[in-house]
Amino acid sequence: MTPPKKKIQKISMNTLLEVNKIVKQYGDYVALNEVSLSVPKGSIYGLLGPNGAGKTSLIRIINQITMPDSGQVILDGEKLQPKHVQYIGYLPEERGLYQSMKVGEQCLYLAQMKGLSKAEAKKQLDYWFDRLEIQGWWNKKIQELSKGMAQKIQFVVCVLHKPKLLIFDEPFSGFDPVNANIIKDEILALKEQGSTIIFSTHRMESVEELCDHIALIHKSNKLIEGKLEDVKRQHKTNSFEVGILTDNVEGLMYDLTQKFTISPAHFKSLNQELKLEIQLGNAVPNELLNILTQRGQVTHFVEKIPTVNDIFIQTVTK
Amino acid sequence: MSIISLIIKREFFAKVRNKSFIVMTFLSPLLFVGIAVFVGYLSSMKADVKRVAIHDETGLFASEFIAQNSEDNAYKYLDLSQIDSQYLKDSITNNGYEGVLLIPKTTDVHDLESKIEFISNSSPSISFIENAQDIIARKLTKINLENAHLDTLAIKKAQANVNIYIAKTSGEEGLKGLNEAKIAIGGAFGYLIMMFIIIYGNMVMRSVIEEKTNRIVEIIISSVKPFQLMIGKIIGTSLAGILQFTIWVIIGLSLMLAASVFFGVNVGPAASMSPALVEHTQTEFAGTAQLFIKELWNLPIASILIGFIVYFIGGYFLYSSFYAAIGAAVDNQTDSQQFLLPVIMPLMLSVYVGFFSVVNDPNSTIAVAFSMFPLTSPIVMLMRIPFGVPLWQIAISITLLFGTFLLVVWFAAKIYRVGILMYGKKPSWKELYKWLKY
Repeated sequence: MTPPKKKIQKISMNTLLEVNKIVKQYGDYVALNEVSLSVPKGSIYGLLGPNGAGKTSLIRIINQITMPDSGQVILDGEKLQPKHVQYIGYLPEERGLYQSMKVGEQCLYLAQMKGLSKAEAKKQLDYWFDRLEIQGWWNKKIQELSKGMAQKIQFVVCVLHKPKLLIFDEPFSGFDPVNANIIKDEILALKEQGSTIIFSTHRMESVEELCDHIALIHKSNKLIEGKLEDVKRQHKTNSFEVGILTDNVEGLMYDLTQKFTISPAHFKSLNQELKLEIQLGNAVPNELLNILTQRGQVTHFVEKIPTVNDIFIQTVTK
Repeated sequence: MSIISLIIKREFFAKVRNKSFIVMTFLSPLLFVGIAVFVGYLSSMKADVKRVAIHDETGLFASEFIAQNSEDNAYKYLDLSQIDSQYLKDSITNNGYEGVLLIPKTTDVHDLESKIEFISNSSPSISFIENAQDIIARKLTKINLENAHLDTLAIKKAQANVNIYIAKTSGEEGLKGLNEAKIAIGGAFGYLIMMFIIIYGNMVMRSVIEEKTNRIVEIIISSVKPFQLMIGKIIGTSLAGILQFTIWVIIGLSLMLAASVFFGVNVGPAASMSPALVEHTQTEFAGTAQLFIKELWNLPIASILIGFIVYFIGGYFLYSSFYAAIGAAVDNQTDSQQFLLPVIMPLMLSVYVGFFSVVNDPNSTIAVAFSMFPLTSPIVMLMRIPFGVPLWQIAISITLLFGTFLLVVWFAAKIYRVGILMYGKKPSWKELYKWLKY
């Protein structure tokens, strides 16, 4: 019995959440097929995947709303158990609060359900209401607030008990750009304070901006997982975007096609240069540069790094 | 435990602060007392005296009817045997008669039994006709007896009237009327439980649906277990219900008192008794009243009251948990209608069983069985308690009641979790076992 325990402790050194071969079936439909993830401490972990991939099923299992058919979840070195709800803050995709309950009362209630004392909850609420400049809402009922305002309250409820692990399911939907930015800054601030954040979304630009780790789930299986840079490195094709001013286009093209695959490129620039995308294959960038500098004036030379969006679409459609 | 008390508090205040709850709390007793005062006022009004013309060609019965005339009788009989019967019939409307009673002359008195007519514009009340038939039958019987040369007095004397004296083995004197009092007490308490369940059971159901309509389910279920949520909701809503019910009783009683003082209207059951009857009961009551009250005090009052409280709570909790299960299974209130009948049925059943079999024999097999069965025990057992029930039966019954309550809540919690999140997955036995552990 001792060896597996040791293993768990070893994992927990820098991993907050370990999802181990989770299987979840709904009737004949397999929602999660032996999915394993490990979420490092202090990371913002992007959980990506098209609609119906199984993200929400996984999130519900982590929140102990449903049980996996097999597999286990380990949080901070311990097998997931009821007391862990205190350590998790969850912002579900389906937003909602008690409509006829007052904001302050409701926040106090939900915070106490997560194990805070009333005094502590009050203190935290004052802090967050000040921070988000919503002090005046305390005695308003939720039904008197706009959708965006209610979402702000929901965000506060989610982070109030200073959870180790925060799970945001589409946190920016329903916010205007200004408020989305405020929430984004808050998420980054929470990370600075040491929270680990799982972030499920379809908005790839926010993944690009926020996440340092990602996992891609597609059709119930995990396809990709890792540090964002590593994933990108794995998916880069060693191709470069090049802009060059030259009199001898034919000569240049001849030289290039000898060694590389070329296709036209599209990027914005101030000059009327020749724009090319060049696939290097096994060659190193300097070989390309040598040819280019011999033939003309280089105005643009950038390695093409795939965006998360590219990786997402590439992986899902493959 | 602290989480459950947190939920109880929230549910209680959510209900109590609700505007419609506050309005109904104070409006309902006003309505109720208003109706009672109105009915009391109506029944204390003197009805118009209805005049009935008697055309008696035999001359035997008119005097019997006239003898009935008095201040309190709603009918006034007029002997119009001298006036032509055809004319009387035609003039019913003109003279404002309620109707005409035609008693023709026959050669044989036996023919009279089927020859008498009552002619009126509207159909007469059943009690009026029965009364008239009674008067005529009595007179005819007397005539028949005389014709047969039988001594009516001797016959009257020969009729026996038996009254069995009831006593207990403990040597105390007993009263027959007391059994009715016991039934009344048990019945009233049982009825109260039923009313309470019907009024407030729905509230629990609505409260369980609340999280779904507000879309807060996921947040709540990621913080507490559905079982805690269900228990908290049932207890919180019950407390709100009990508070409202208590306010109703207090306001209702004081308004009733105020109404009877200010309007001088009899609102209680005495309003429907005629003064003569009241006088009659009073004289009869005076003799036995002392014994009656003494015997009432000898009833197991403590066990009746404790029994009432325990079964009230248990019964309400059990039925609430059914309502909670319905709430857990449906997404909105309109879907719940079809499930309500099966919940009300056992309630009705227990009231019927109570009034038919407990009244007949409090210790019959049926009565005992139904006072054990948790769905009927709150009402049936309460009706049995005044008659004395062995302690072991009460113990079993209460254990079953609360055990079933917890079981149903547990079941409701499962339905709740599955209902929200399983999306039509058919549970297998293996999974049922897993939920059990969850």
